[in-house]
Amino acid sequence: MDMRETFVAETSALLDDDPRTALVLADISAAAFAEAEHRHPDRVLNVGIRESLMVSVAGGLALTGLRPIAHSYAPFLIERAFEQVKLDFAHQAATGVLVSIGASYDAAQAGRTHHSPGDVALVDTLPGWAVRVPGHPAEVPALLRESVTGDGSGYLRLSTRANSAPHAGADGSLVPLRTNGNVLVVAVGPMLDPVLEATRDLDVRVAYTNTVRPFDTAGLRALAGETVVLVEPYLAGTSARIVADALGDRPHRTLCLGVTRNDLRRYGTPADHDPAHGLDPAGLRRSIVDFGG
Amino acid sequence: MTAATERRLGYADLPALLTRMTGDEKHGPSATSTLDVLWVLYDQVLRIGPDTVDSQARDRFLLSKGHGPMAYYAVLAAKGFIPPDWLDTFGAYDSPLGYHPDRTLVPGVEISSGSLGHGLPLGVGVALGLRAQGLTDTRTYVLVGDAELDEGSNHEAIAYAGATGLDTLTAVVVDNRSATHGWPGGIGARFAANGWSTATVDGRDHRALRSAFTTPLPGKPHVVVAVVEEKG
Repeated sequence: MDMRETFVAETSALLDDDPRTALVLADISAAAFAEAEHRHPDRVLNVGIRESLMVSVAGGLALTGLRPIAHSYAPFLIERAFEQVKLDFAHQAATGVLVSIGASYDAAQAGRTHHSPGDVALVDTLPGWAVRVPGHPAEVPALLRESVTGDGSGYLRLSTRANSAPHAGADGSLVPLRTNGNVLVVAVGPMLDPVLEATRDLDVRVAYTNTVRPFDTAGLRALAGETVVLVEPYLAGTSARIVADALGDRPHRTLCLGVTRNDLRRYGTPADHDPAHGLDPAGLRRSIVDFGG
Repeated sequence: MTAATERRLGYADLPALLTRMTGDEKHGPSATSTLDVLWVLYDQVLRIGPDTVDSQARDRFLLSKGHGPMAYYAVLAAKGFIPPDWLDTFGAYDSPLGYHPDRTLVPGVEISSGSLGHGLPLGVGVALGLRAQGLTDTRTYVLVGDAELDEGSNHEAIAYAGATGLDTLTAVVVDNRSATHGWPGGIGARFAANGWSTATVDGRDHRALRSAFTTPLPGKPHVVVAVVEEKG
């Protein structure tokens, strides 16, 4: 199963288990949830292609005590409906879970309208939102349950891109995978496999996380020396402030790698887009070596 | 002042309560466009009081048109939700009463509003959430302005609520003809086209407002267009 299928299965189970759980859709993935909708017609709501309504309805459900999940493609869920996220959840002091698919450029062939490299940076403007970026489908169920069964707000960012194996649970910790060398390379979510390949013969430490808000700053402080390379599968530098704050009491250098701000105006595959942002193993290796790794 | 005496305040006391916020003895139509609608709702329609602001079965009133909230605060004070003394602090840094209401600061305020076009979509969610919890006798009322209807988000809510027959939802459009491009064909027609039942009444006529709010109309969401003086 890919991440979306895992999400559908786990959400359907949550809807069965807890009468507080609700799901709001805007057509996307509605067919996959048809069975759940049949079982829970009052708590599985498809509003049609109306993303701002989807988020507002989810906020309204939360105001009555339900635990809503709103789900769509990342650019429509977060970017189109951002004022609804900001006001109808955060400002109302209502909480819920937003689950996206599409990531930065999973739908490479669909073009820029379906790409959302800026989603995490936008969510990061809101106070107290958890942001979870699974790197493998097997990491999705625990991250989803952690999001939904808690009482805060969270953003779960699913992707068709995944590492070959899961590497972390849902406790949010930074997991050390390679401990030699002076440079620490932190790989977020699906960036781990490209980072491991890029650094295979380099003398660098590698750590992995699928939870960037809250970021495991204690783990970062424990694992980092003076040089940190942060590799995120969305807008480059999104977590730069976290690293700066965490290491603010020691001299340090940080290199932030991720998706650039360029609209490539290209189609093809996600793998075609990686080199243009320096996120293929060769590009990552070049950047890491240039920075001293 | 005790809660018991606060609750004795009536419609005739509202101008004096408004004066505590405006500093003026007289209030023009725009400051009071919602006043009669709000009074009728809180005095005769909504099943909510200061003691039931946290009751799950309470009716919900969402003020979407959050600007010009003085009439709202005056009614909440008259009905004992907030101390009238709060009105004297209107807009101050540490006042609970801002120029747009904050639900976390004011008892009885269901949503924090100000940015137009959020209340009706939120109200759809509230009505659906109550229904999902079996509270089918609890109504959700949302007050919007005729100019606020310019915001496209309202039309997502109007279309969806109509299509799904969300009959525990009542929208109240206070119409002072302030929409820049107007609503040719009438505001009620916009809702009716999407399957809502509609009533257009004099927004100063308490009996007509009450009747429009309380007439049971199962199977459809309901809109009351409350026509008041044109915005000056």
